[in-house]
Amino acid sequence: MALTATEAGTRKLSTAKAMVEGIAQEMERDPSIFVMGEDVGAYGGIFSSTTGLLERFGKDRVIDTPISETAFLGLATGAATEGMRPIVELMFVDFFGVAMDQIYNHMAKIHFESGGNVKVPLVLMTAVGGGYSDGAQHSQCLWGTFAHLPGMKVVVPSNPADAKGLMIAAIRDDNPVIYMFHKGVMGLPWMAKNPRAIGTVPEGDYQVPIGSASVVRAGKDVTIVTLSLSVHHCLDVAEELAQEGISCEVIDLRSLVPLDRRTVLESVGKTGRMVVVDEDYQSFGLSGELAAIVAETDPGMLRRPLARVAVPDVPIPYSRPLEQAVLPTHSRIAAAIRKTVA
Amino acid sequence: MDPKVKVELYRTMVLIRSFEETILQHYHADKSPAWDIGAGLIPGEMHLSAGQEPVAAGICANLTASDAITATHRPHHLAIAHGVRMEALAAEIFGRETGLGKGRGGHMHLFDPGTHFSCSGIIAEGLPPALGQAFAFQRRGLPNVVVAVTGEGAANQGAFHESLNLAALWKLPVVFVVEDNDWAISVPRTASTAVPSNAARAAAYGIPGERVENNDVEEVWRVAKGAIKRARSGDGPTLIEVHTVRLWGHFEGDAQAYRNDLEEAKAHDPIEVYAGLLAREGVLDTKGAAKIKEECTKEVASAIDFAKTSPLPDPAGALQYVFA
Repeated sequence: MALTATEAGTRKLSTAKAMVEGIAQEMERDPSIFVMGEDVGAYGGIFSSTTGLLERFGKDRVIDTPISETAFLGLATGAATEGMRPIVELMFVDFFGVAMDQIYNHMAKIHFESGGNVKVPLVLMTAVGGGYSDGAQHSQCLWGTFAHLPGMKVVVPSNPADAKGLMIAAIRDDNPVIYMFHKGVMGLPWMAKNPRAIGTVPEGDYQVPIGSASVVRAGKDVTIVTLSLSVHHCLDVAEELAQEGISCEVIDLRSLVPLDRRTVLESVGKTGRMVVVDEDYQSFGLSGELAAIVAETDPGMLRRPLARVAVPDVPIPYSRPLEQAVLPTHSRIAAAIRKTVA
Repeated sequence: MDPKVKVELYRTMVLIRSFEETILQHYHADKSPAWDIGAGLIPGEMHLSAGQEPVAAGICANLTASDAITATHRPHHLAIAHGVRMEALAAEIFGRETGLGKGRGGHMHLFDPGTHFSCSGIIAEGLPPALGQAFAFQRRGLPNVVVAVTGEGAANQGAFHESLNLAALWKLPVVFVVEDNDWAISVPRTASTAVPSNAARAAAYGIPGERVENNDVEEVWRVAKGAIKRARSGDGPTLIEVHTVRLWGHFEGDAQAYRNDLEEAKAHDPIEVYAGLLAREGVLDTKGAAKIKEECTKEVASAIDFAKTSPLPDPAGALQYVFA
């Protein structure tokens, strides 16, 4: 997406409001779209992902469900096979365990098993991430789990403009798209404020293409590959390290499936150094995948060993000092970059 | 009951049995002397439906191609009775490019958008997507219904209960059908289910529940007719349990050493039972039954020929259809 200043305008929205605006504009355009999930109606989504939609579109299109994720996620799949375009919310991604069969055995596989004869156009949006002491069952990112299983596109916006553009792209996509929004980028009034959670959002309809990463800061010494809330931590660290003469290039992946390998490889080819910052678990996940992509392309591309800043393989602890010790925080990111460029 | 309907029910059951017998023969033909489940013209697991024909015939006689039906890992009888093109069904079972899923799905994963037919290999998990089809019909004001079929073993899964509750709550046009063949692979229903009839579980969701005994095709037809009419007119779901029988193994290769009811079951083969009834009623004589058998055999042979002479998929296409 390349918008001129005039097109982009100056109107600012939170990520949550940008998401809702994208959904609402699409619902105006296409009557086959409906929103379904727990507390998406009168409450407006626990993380404000559906605020105002009930008032605007009514209870036939903005539908509160029982706490029956298997039933309503499966219902969304079935409705999609009959030509509707559901947007269904799984309140926390951590809850996927009660309904994963519907996700990876049905939603993700029906198109393939049917030899392409049945399409499943739906958006499964879900809240991810920690940092506010919600404990091991309400703080995970888990995008690596969904990206690992074939048949689902996976998008992870980090800011308001991308959140709207990726939402519109996800709704118009003919595949199941898992839309993972970090609670820490939503701009919620009841959570620590991230200054970039409120930003300029174009008013019209536009898409951020799924599978396209964004170089959010250009640099020459080291490539920081990251996504979601960690993008903001990395931008803060990059600004600080610039004072020390370290020039960081920061890539916001925005999509995991499909993954924009080219943008990563071009940058690493230029800097010769890579640090992956990922709020998901470290082993068998995104950071290992990126290392493999670089090694498969050209092991000589890296002038220094790569570094990974992820959640070490431990459930997310509750107590603040413990949680902060395992998340990819400012100090861990800065240390990893300094070591890589040393 | 109209004699024409009776003959049609009989014909559907015979067509299904002819198909399953032919698949059985081809499945085993090239797996000996050393049994290898992955070898031969038809590889993989094979769950055949012999004995359960009354369920498929009785229900599907009340449906049109605009109605949807979702089946289980044992899906052939329902596919055939619902009018899925037999050639494409057979070709999928043989793993051919001309199959329903171009060889990507296999016999537990059959999808035919033309007749809204689908199935799932995961116990009870075919029900939630069926709710979605019903939801789409309801929201679009279409008169169509969905029949969601599952086994008695599935009635103890969470997905079953979540689906019944949600369908009842939203009055979705669904008819739930439990095929009680007494056996969840090797575990008898008496060792798995706390209630004597799964139809009793309908009360928990405030919907009608009915159990059909004796694998009686005409009774299935009658009960399904009422439930489908109820769903079509917007009055919501019904739960039907049919006490049917599994004449063959859970899958082919299952020696069924655990069964003590097989002789009894074989003595009540529903097709022979129904042929006897129709003969006694003067609806169909031996000659008429033989003619039906001959026609069905011919139809099946032609579908199997189509499958066997169709090309296997090109390995170069193995990565196709992950995304639309």
